[in-house]
Amino acid sequence: MAILYGQITTNKPVTAISSTGNSRIVEYRLMIDIEKNRPIILDRKIHANFRSKRKRWRGTVVEIHLRGSYVQAMPKVLEYLKQTAMVNPYANIIFVDPRGRLYKFDRTVDRMPPPPKEINPHPHGVDVETIQRIIRSTGEKTMLGFMQRHFHRVGEKTAKDFLKKAGIPEDIDPKNLRPEEIVDLVEKMREYDGFLPPEADCLSPLGEDLLRAGVLKELEPEFVAVHQRKPSAYSGHPFIVEVAIAYGGKVPAKDDVLLYRFANKIPLVYDESGDVCWKIVRSINWRRYNVTPSMPFAVIIHVCSTKIPYKTLGKEILADQPEVSREILNGIREVARQLARYLSRKERVKRQVRRLTVFSRYLPKIAQFSAELAGRKAPPNIDKLYRRKQVFRDFLTGNEYVDSEIFDSRLYNVVFVHIRNKHKENAAVVRVLGLVDSKWEVLIPESALTSGSEMYETLRGGYEAIKVQAKSLKPDRESLLDAYVDGISQ
Amino acid sequence: MGLSDKKGTSSMVDLKSLVQKKLEEMGARFCKEIDQGMFPTVRMKSRSTSNIFYSQKHRQYILGDRTVTRSSRNIAHLRPFTQLVWTAYFVHELLRQKKTSTLRDVYYSAQAYDIFFKDQSESDNIITDLETTIEHPRESFNVFPEERSAVFGDLTIQYTVPGYEGQRMNLSSHPDGVMIGPALTDARFIETSADKVIVIEKGAMFTRFVEERVYENFNAILIYTAGQAPRSTRYFIRRLNRELGLPVYIFSDADPWGMHIAMVIISGSANAAHLRELTTPDAKWAGVWASDIIDYDLPSERLNERDLKRLKELKTDPRYEDKHWQKQIDIFMKIKKKCELEAFSRYGLTHIVDKYLPERLKELGA
Repeated sequence: MAILYGQITTNKPVTAISSTGNSRIVEYRLMIDIEKNRPIILDRKIHANFRSKRKRWRGTVVEIHLRGSYVQAMPKVLEYLKQTAMVNPYANIIFVDPRGRLYKFDRTVDRMPPPPKEINPHPHGVDVETIQRIIRSTGEKTMLGFMQRHFHRVGEKTAKDFLKKAGIPEDIDPKNLRPEEIVDLVEKMREYDGFLPPEADCLSPLGEDLLRAGVLKELEPEFVAVHQRKPSAYSGHPFIVEVAIAYGGKVPAKDDVLLYRFANKIPLVYDESGDVCWKIVRSINWRRYNVTPSMPFAVIIHVCSTKIPYKTLGKEILADQPEVSREILNGIREVARQLARYLSRKERVKRQVRRLTVFSRYLPKIAQFSAELAGRKAPPNIDKLYRRKQVFRDFLTGNEYVDSEIFDSRLYNVVFVHIRNKHKENAAVVRVLGLVDSKWEVLIPESALTSGSEMYETLRGGYEAIKVQAKSLKPDRESLLDAYVDGISQ
Repeated sequence: MGLSDKKGTSSMVDLKSLVQKKLEEMGARFCKEIDQGMFPTVRMKSRSTSNIFYSQKHRQYILGDRTVTRSSRNIAHLRPFTQLVWTAYFVHELLRQKKTSTLRDVYYSAQAYDIFFKDQSESDNIITDLETTIEHPRESFNVFPEERSAVFGDLTIQYTVPGYEGQRMNLSSHPDGVMIGPALTDARFIETSADKVIVIEKGAMFTRFVEERVYENFNAILIYTAGQAPRSTRYFIRRLNRELGLPVYIFSDADPWGMHIAMVIISGSANAAHLRELTTPDAKWAGVWASDIIDYDLPSERLNERDLKRLKELKTDPRYEDKHWQKQIDIFMKIKKKCELEAFSRYGLTHIVDKYLPERLKELGA
């Protein structure tokens, strides 16, 4: 598309340079024969790569000239790059725009998803044109061999059974099939339900970790949930749906749900409202997940397939392919549930903290006024009922565990531990220990506390003392902690 | 008529020292509980509507046996519990310093102690909690109503409030009447020549009764309620009835609202079901009755929807069980008319005093 557009607006060829890291670097200058849809090679050079394997260059350079109105397109161009960076978190993207401004999208991971494997087409997904092309080039002399050699997941047994049911002799030469027989073959292949479903290793989904990394990097949310659906297929085309939901942080609050659509890691930035993803997102009752569309959250949908079910030639919007739509819907539901859990947990933490604040605020007053009523000089000591101690105050974590102050918990049968990471970026690792029979026992095992997040745990039982330990999650990346321990008796 | 019954005259003073002691005991108990590592709790009768019953014996609403416990261990109770302790402290200070306050004043005073009420109804409710807990009305811990009504008649009282202790005054000394405020509520009754109490809802009629020397001609102490009688006035009427043995006659408008003003003086309100010192069960509603509208051919207005709805409610209210009340409600519903006390003026300014009052008092056996 881009090459074509460049050619029709500037009539300049495209230059492509590529090497897989072997001894040669290949350079082509091409134009497209638009009528025949074929490349016209203007120039072809082969450069020697470095001798030393370590120094060898690998990669691809494509150079296109095109003409367009940047002023008009700028927002979409930048949006496109930002979204590309979101689903390619392992890529460094540098963009110098026509005004000379530099935009950088830095990689945050140095791992790529495994490259896709090449496969034959699945018999459910071929059309007459494809069969004709295969027949023209095949060396197989029998239908039995033809079926096994050129189609995905067709072995001898399946091939035999299919040909028998289709009424096609095993030993005829595929090149002898008449045009109407080819049409019949395609129909029979579609109808036959004995083919195994296509495998997904021909697809290159991002995977949950990379998708999370990409969303975190470009949207900087407070919370992100990602989910990869199991591989599935429609009409013989395998596909995988990946979904993420990002909430809070720098995610903007819009009047409606913020939706990001991707097809095979390509952002779809136009005609959102015509897309089935939009329809699905709108059909969801968000209130069930404790969110309203006006809250700051974004839904990210990535459909990965050998054949993306586009609705139009423009390849901008997805059609309502029931198998795919179902996976998208279920994927969104899964991450929405995770978001709902996160939000309700957050709400619970907030409520708990508020509850404890109530104790520290009111109990001293009860003691004070009771003493005044009783004509006592000093109010009774409420420490036996409730005590709060700050055990970490603006504590900077190091590379090794450091103990907090110790909270004497002998009087209390319920203890609350509340830890907050106030650092803007760095995460901490914390754990909580209790003293039993003069031995420290781990009560809350090592857990990560990302920047800005809080942890809140309720402990029961007779520990003599409680302490918190903390260290940095990554070496030399200190985080800043506050920790409180509250004890309540009875 | 001289009064020598010391027990009666000093009842309020005794009550106050009792309340003061109760408050101190409560504070001491909380302190002890905290010392022992226990979260203080307080128990009181439940004031929920399902625990309010009409008692034939007391002729008023009373609370049933169900109780509620407020615990400072419970987060939801902690704030009202603290408010209750502070209120106890605050009114104890009032009693100790012999000062008085009002509901509104208590609400504002809280802020000085960093106790927060979100509105006055929250603080009013806590005061009601305290009444329920110590089982005495707020007047006994010096929190008085804002609204003031008045009394006029031959009754000599002796003040007990600081600065006036021992001073005496006759309640006929000012023609506008004497305000029934904290000082009068706490005063001792010394001497009276009256043999009855006449309670009047409307200010104009009260003034007319004073001008026409009803207090003299009928040997009566006159009380002006200014609409629904404030609690201290209800308490004052009860004292006149109980301590001096004077019968009480109530005159209010001839409509469901006027009727109810009389009824609240007699049998109290459901809101005060936790208290026993605000009713005068022997008081009589002397008019204006629905039947008077016909009998005296009084100028009247039609009952509106609200009036009729209210009448229906009263019809089934246990306080209105009595035959006479039921009959009056039925007449109201039948003639669908109401009239005000002032309606008698149609027949001349003194008609009500010259004709209606003597006839009615005679009818009621006074």
